[in-house]
Amino acid sequence: MNKTVLTVDDSRTMRDMLMLALSDAGYRVVQAEDGLHGLEVLQGETPDVIVTDINMPRMDGFGFIEGVRGDERHRAIPILVLTTESDAEKKDRARRAGATGWIVKPFDPVKLVAAIRRVAA
Amino acid sequence: MDPMAAIKQTFFQECEEQLAELEAGLLAIQDGGYDGETVNAVFRAVHSIKGGAGAFSLDDLVHFAHVFETALDHVRSGRLAPSHEVLGTMLRAADALADLVRAARDDGSVDAGRCDALADALRALDPDAAQADEEADGDDGEIIDFQPVPLDQSIFDDDLATGSVPSQSLFLIRFKPKPVLYAKANEAAVLLRELAGLGEMTVACDSSALPLLSELDPEGGYLSWSIELKTEQDEAAVREIFEFVEWDCDLEIERQIGEAPGEPDVAALIEKMQAAVEAELSALGPTPIPVSEAEPAVIDFAKAREKKSLQSAGDQGAQRADPALAGAAAQTTIRVDLDRVDRLINLVGELVINQAMLAQRVQEAGLARASGVASGLDELEQLTREIQDSVMAIRAQPVKSVFQRMPRLVREVGAMTGKLVRLVTEGEKTEVDKTVIERLADPLTHMIRNAIDHGLETPEARLAAGKPEEGLVHLSAAHRSGRIVIEVSDDGAGINRARVKALAIGKGLIPADAALTDDEIDNLIFLPGFSTAQTISDISGRGVGMDVVRRSIQALGGRISITSRPGHGSTFTMSLPLTLAVLDGMVVTVAEQTLVVPLTAIVETLQPKVADVHGFGGGARVIAIREHFTPLIDVGRELAYRQGDADPLSCVALLVECEGGFRSALLVDAILGQRQVVIKSLEANYRHVQGIAAATILGDGRVALILDVDAVVASSRADASFEQLLATAG
Repeated sequence: MNKTVLTVDDSRTMRDMLMLALSDAGYRVVQAEDGLHGLEVLQGETPDVIVTDINMPRMDGFGFIEGVRGDERHRAIPILVLTTESDAEKKDRARRAGATGWIVKPFDPVKLVAAIRRVAA
Repeated sequence: MDPMAAIKQTFFQECEEQLAELEAGLLAIQDGGYDGETVNAVFRAVHSIKGGAGAFSLDDLVHFAHVFETALDHVRSGRLAPSHEVLGTMLRAADALADLVRAARDDGSVDAGRCDALADALRALDPDAAQADEEADGDDGEIIDFQPVPLDQSIFDDDLATGSVPSQSLFLIRFKPKPVLYAKANEAAVLLRELAGLGEMTVACDSSALPLLSELDPEGGYLSWSIELKTEQDEAAVREIFEFVEWDCDLEIERQIGEAPGEPDVAALIEKMQAAVEAELSALGPTPIPVSEAEPAVIDFAKAREKKSLQSAGDQGAQRADPALAGAAAQTTIRVDLDRVDRLINLVGELVINQAMLAQRVQEAGLARASGVASGLDELEQLTREIQDSVMAIRAQPVKSVFQRMPRLVREVGAMTGKLVRLVTEGEKTEVDKTVIERLADPLTHMIRNAIDHGLETPEARLAAGKPEEGLVHLSAAHRSGRIVIEVSDDGAGINRARVKALAIGKGLIPADAALTDDEIDNLIFLPGFSTAQTISDISGRGVGMDVVRRSIQALGGRISITSRPGHGSTFTMSLPLTLAVLDGMVVTVAEQTLVVPLTAIVETLQPKVADVHGFGGGARVIAIREHFTPLIDVGRELAYRQGDADPLSCVALLVECEGGFRSALLVDAILGQRQVVIKSLEANYRHVQGIAAATILGDGRVALILDVDAVVASSRADASFEQLLATAG
């Protein structure tokens, strides 16, 4: 059974890229368009890993991570945040919100897959 | 298509959406009607463009977007107040960003000087600009902390190995996770497995800290590991494994010089270790379900979407919901070839005709109104009409796509002319046929340019006239009696009628002694070769006049008119058909043929009197209509339906206006009525016929030709030089 990755990003371009990179690496991918949508998708889906953007409308990545961590069913799912800001501040905030790790955009597909392997059993 | 090329296309589409959002957001901020989310949305738009551009190595775009984003971040964080000047710079930067996006998309080029100047202007907005300037001095690259990594398909095929050092090293690693490490869903077992991938590894698990079960905190961290790793990788590669957890554990990594230990059974060790960890986890209660065992489920996007819209419908403002809708569109819309839609429209046209024919036959058969056939037919008619409306709606698009290009135009023309302009748009959601929208862009652009360049006064002149410094250009769209009406108005000086008339006389467009009403004078600006600008400016000059605008509107079956009040401004009103598939026509007969004359071309109909018709040499005739001599064209003769001239007294004259405002009277035998007809291309089914625009099928099944009024008049004018005749008569 292929591992499932939930990607949460408001950018269609980014979703498509993640889809390409992840499906090439053999993952099954489900997508959401923002944090709120991500939480809704989780009602019917238990992914092995979540990859989420930070800057999104309706609910940003921080809110989404807190939402997942506060949910008894899903709090053990590793979450990687996608961020163009490689500065410590964003990473730190994501970490404090409960992110498992991060990927700096624009991502290198090899590093993306390596990061996922580092968090998903 | 190559998947990356397809994604790139998506990226550029998305860029257009982001650019529209950026502009709308900046304008909202400028108008004061904004909140924190508006600023966020604006920031996000630029941020997304930068993110995507990075993946495609569009370096110019990345650099500019980065500088822009930084400036927006100052606004977002409240360090920079969005003053009029700041927003002016940002709006110009948004235009430059749009140019960069399009240049990247079309392999075009941009004005690098302008972009650099704007980037400098954006940097200067930084509240700590002076300091930053010093720091960045001579090292432009430093400003960008963002290194584009091109996404290359070939990378996927490569191994995950990340370079190597030639000789093997031995690392001694002590790893003691804190509870918080597990709370963030990191897993010691996974990290150890990854570590094992780097080389040969021996692991010893220290469980001495495990308390008695009664004292055990299920979410505590009690285990620690000592690891010996023999690898060709350097220390950075080893540390990278622990990158996500370095704050959440005690970690020591020591590099040993010397022999690595013997060959341990790594796989067995890992298995043992994993078993130990899992045993610990499962023994300790309800917390983390091992994710790999979780039940896979099929995602139901439609259901998720439904829930989402229900949930968000109440509290989301329109603006906030928009991006979500744009995203939703990706799943709820399909792309259909336009040809297919047109074929469907055509077939529905046939259906309408067929239904009309059927209705006529039933009526002729003398069936009672109350009969089942008649009532069934009524239902069919209703249904047909609904189908027709629905199919037409497929081609309909909101005028927003054209309207949203105008704010930029207004800024540019405003800047070029030194006028302060505010654009107010209304009715952006009004829908009209796609082709109409496409062909509307040019005339609209020209009219807005005109409104600013010729209509609005300079700020000084406005102040002197007691008006606000900032001029107003109002652009609106609305549905009115089955047509779309678009208005462009300004609150400028209005038309200077004395000057317009003097110019028209000077150019020989009207006789020197012509007595014209205000309305007639205003409409002189539509005459070919008329231009009121004293100097040919860069903006509305270029030899394109309002006559071209009128011609484009007429080509769409539309009409344009102007009203003007001196000192208060002018309003251009365009009325256009909602679709190009049906047409309002006047059904007439000419030499026993049935013809349809587009209603938009007809100004009035009249019965000629014997005293009004005058013959000239060469068979040419004119008719006097309220003291104006108008060429009289016998349609039957023009289309070669008959040889001799028809008797005007037994005919009806249709006064038509065509290109350039030139009026002619078309002589037809009789008027049968007015109706909406479905346009059938003659070229597609037969061939082009001079003087005929298209064909249609009437309710009785007969084919009727639709007259090309412009062509008939033009060919008639070529036959006999009416200008000459008019000069003699006039």
